[in-house]
Amino acid sequence: MKSETRNPKPEETGHASRITRHASRYLSIYAALWKNSVAREMGFKGNFLLWIVVELLWFGLQLSFIGVLYLHTEHIGTWTKWQVVMLIGASHFIQQIFQAFFLINCTNLSELVRSGKLDFLLLLPVNTRFVVSLRQVDLGAFVNAGSAVALMAYAARQLHLAPSVTQVLGFLGLCIAGVAIHYSLMFLLASISFWTVRAQGIVWGYYNLFNIARMPDEAFRGLFKIVFTFAIPMLLVSNVPVRLLADKIESPRPILLLLAMSVVCFCVSEWGWRTSVRRYTSASS
Amino acid sequence: MKKYWHVINIGIQNNLTYRFNFLARAIFGLVPLVAILYVWKTIYNGNGSGSRVGTYSLPEMVSYYVLITMVDALTAVNEDDWQIAADIKDGNISQFLLKPIDYLWYRLCLFLSGRVTYVAVATLPLCLFAVYLHRYFMLPANGAAFGCFLISTVLTALLQFFTSYAMAMLAFWVLEVSTFIFILYAFEYVASGHLFPLDILPRWLEQALYFTPFPYQLYFPVSIYMGKTSGPDLARGLLIQGAWVIAAYFLARFAWRRGIRHYSAVGG
Repeated sequence: MKSETRNPKPEETGHASRITRHASRYLSIYAALWKNSVAREMGFKGNFLLWIVVELLWFGLQLSFIGVLYLHTEHIGTWTKWQVVMLIGASHFIQQIFQAFFLINCTNLSELVRSGKLDFLLLLPVNTRFVVSLRQVDLGAFVNAGSAVALMAYAARQLHLAPSVTQVLGFLGLCIAGVAIHYSLMFLLASISFWTVRAQGIVWGYYNLFNIARMPDEAFRGLFKIVFTFAIPMLLVSNVPVRLLADKIESPRPILLLLAMSVVCFCVSEWGWRTSVRRYTSASS
Repeated sequence: MKKYWHVINIGIQNNLTYRFNFLARAIFGLVPLVAILYVWKTIYNGNGSGSRVGTYSLPEMVSYYVLITMVDALTAVNEDDWQIAADIKDGNISQFLLKPIDYLWYRLCLFLSGRVTYVAVATLPLCLFAVYLHRYFMLPANGAAFGCFLISTVLTALLQFFTSYAMAMLAFWVLEVSTFIFILYAFEYVASGHLFPLDILPRWLEQALYFTPFPYQLYFPVSIYMGKTSGPDLARGLLIQGAWVIAAYFLARFAWRRGIRHYSAVGG
């Protein structure tokens, strides 16, 4: 697990080649995991398609809520209808990318602990967090992320936006930071299963937090805003990328804040994970 | 009758084991609610003071969401449908075919015990929340309305349970029922008034929804409490709600009987 930190001062050239060797090894492991996931999904094609329908339905449902809200108002703060539609699209996009790579793996962690199957993963000669986090890929989520992109493009047309290449690249970079935040927080929550074993309630709870990410930040004030910006940065995750894309950004501060928070969240989750694993006593009988 | 009391008792004890789980659910569940209230408050402020959305003033809107959350805590099916589906899939129902106990009543008892435990655990956070919003929170229109509200809430719980039970019966025929459950839940979520009061929708859409059971799964009791439904509408609504409960009950029974014929005890 800690093989990278064993040699603190290797030679320059040796160090570089070691990193590439490491990277290519991990990439080939990840490719194998992908192959497994594809095979698994294709075993249940009907189910695979139905899950896509479910996600589309929930996506439509969020949009209908916004539709109803804007029947009764012109704007929420300074956010107009199509800007909020774009926000919902971006939020869905980030959530689906997170789901594609990490979600099932995070929710499975409590099961791994409960059944004691984590033993086998701890024994593998790779970083345990890497295998635990990336074991399965949810392919349907990529399709859903596509629908979110289509919606954002449509909203951009309604807003007569013509974002520059820099804006689009910046948007994608911020989305990655958002995915990192979702992943870190969810993984941290899932690590609680080392303490209470049945952590589904907690993991389910995180679903509720996704709801906040798709609301326009200007609606919030006071303690709520502080908590969900600086402690659980849900109000940054999708609001900042959309602000960048929709020319709603005045200063670079929110961008820097989002990037900084993603690093902080990742470090905290790594610390939480290490503390939790130390507590692990195999549960197999 | 006595055996079912035992089931309820055991169910409560089982559920209490996971009280932390319930508490997490109750507290996390309040977060999106607070978020929605913030959004509404911003909308009301933007529209000018004293403005209304549909027939709702801001305090009424806040009360609406608090009530929805309370009725939901009292009536929502939590994991019952998954458990029933799992019982069927894993062959655990075989033992019920041999025992002098009816599976539907058995599950209903477990559902009740689940609700009792959930309410016991969730009361504290919910009450704190209601106290925090006391400036906005409304008392019921009158005593009679409150009585009808309670009756309607019980009917809501039964309707929710029987619908979920019937839905879980799909497990006799398909391997993976969660997608179907989620599809139904999506419709319930929006059409039962979870997200917004149904009477702020365009009139024709609201009327159309009343031809489905969804408004009776959550919205209806709250509309009684708030005095939005009264007089002959109220009596008719309660009758229709009762009719839906009976229909869902027979659907559940029917699906079970058909399913048993199809059932080939796997494992068990």
